[in-house]
Amino acid sequence: MSHSLSEIWVYLSATPLLGLTLTLLAYQAAFWLYRRAGFHPLANPVLLSVSFIAVLLLVTGMPYKTYFDGAQFVHFLLGPATVALAIPLYAQWPKLKAMAGPLVIALVAGSLTAALSAYAIGAMLGASRESLMSLAPKSVTTPIAMAVAESLGGLPSLTAVLVITTGILGAVGARYLYRLLRIDDHAVRGFAIGIASHGIGTARAFQVSEQAGAFAALAMGLNGLLTAVSLPWLLPWLERLLGR
Amino acid sequence: MLGALTLLLLFQLIGEVIARALALPIPGPVIGMGLLFLALLLRGGPSEELRTTSGTLLMHLSLLFVPAGTGIVLYGDRLAAEWLPLTAALLGSTALAIAVTALVLRALMRRRETPRAGGEARP
Repeated sequence: MSHSLSEIWVYLSATPLLGLTLTLLAYQAAFWLYRRAGFHPLANPVLLSVSFIAVLLLVTGMPYKTYFDGAQFVHFLLGPATVALAIPLYAQWPKLKAMAGPLVIALVAGSLTAALSAYAIGAMLGASRESLMSLAPKSVTTPIAMAVAESLGGLPSLTAVLVITTGILGAVGARYLYRLLRIDDHAVRGFAIGIASHGIGTARAFQVSEQAGAFAALAMGLNGLLTAVSLPWLLPWLERLLGR
Repeated sequence: MLGALTLLLLFQLIGEVIARALALPIPGPVIGMGLLFLALLLRGGPSEELRTTSGTLLMHLSLLFVPAGTGIVLYGDRLAAEWLPLTAALLGSTALAIAVTALVLRALMRRRETPRAGGEARP
């Protein structure tokens, strides 16, 4: 009995089926809980799904690579989903165009704050240089952040984890921050969460309203572009300035 | 559904080709998003099919981050060694970035609205 069970396990862990099914099951369970909690930000579906799967991997000893061989089919859809953000962007275009000036200034302020404050706090508390370079681009979408971290001498795969943690933190915490600062406008809320928390913040914004989602999508795209062109020369300059 | 998905993949592919060919630091899907947006502006909006398909895809955008997020299991040692600076940096910078962006944007929008109203009141 236990012999055949382990044979089944060996078979299953060699195919993509297990990782893929596991991802979808964990997400559906997480989303069910999220809905039961009345879409409360603390019941964030990414946070819950990642916790379920991480615990399962640690308990069964299944290597992450084996899991990812299956889960990569879900991961792949990030590409077409990013392209699809053009549609809500188009729907909100008249409003976005009317606010172009303020949006660009807020983008530059928010983008610099995200990267420099992460670097400064990390450096003050003694993070290694590798970690600092992996931290700096963490507010932008995973593929850009990984490419920027690599060009700075960080660890791209650590960056991916920091990016997703940042996304979850923003999606979970933004509501409380907005309440504290008395920010009610969905355009402003969406834009700020898109700057700080890329796609996960955008996903959360879409669950709040289409307007918030479209502004978040725009902010995510713009911050991705700005970070990709600014950090690779800004951080080395900052390091020289600080004599590190 | 199938046509719309093909279109999204096509734009991603074009974006990917442009990014490689011009050695841009911007990922292909982001360029693809920009190109599709331009195409929508020229064409005057998405088809019903494209709207439904992208709506479905974006409704479960969170799901797509799960595989990469689970990569956290690989960094147990580094996280244990540097948990304080990493946690503080992530928490602090995320809160600061949200607050700064939202406050700057709100202040600029208010400044834009008030002078116009004030200008009308003056002779």
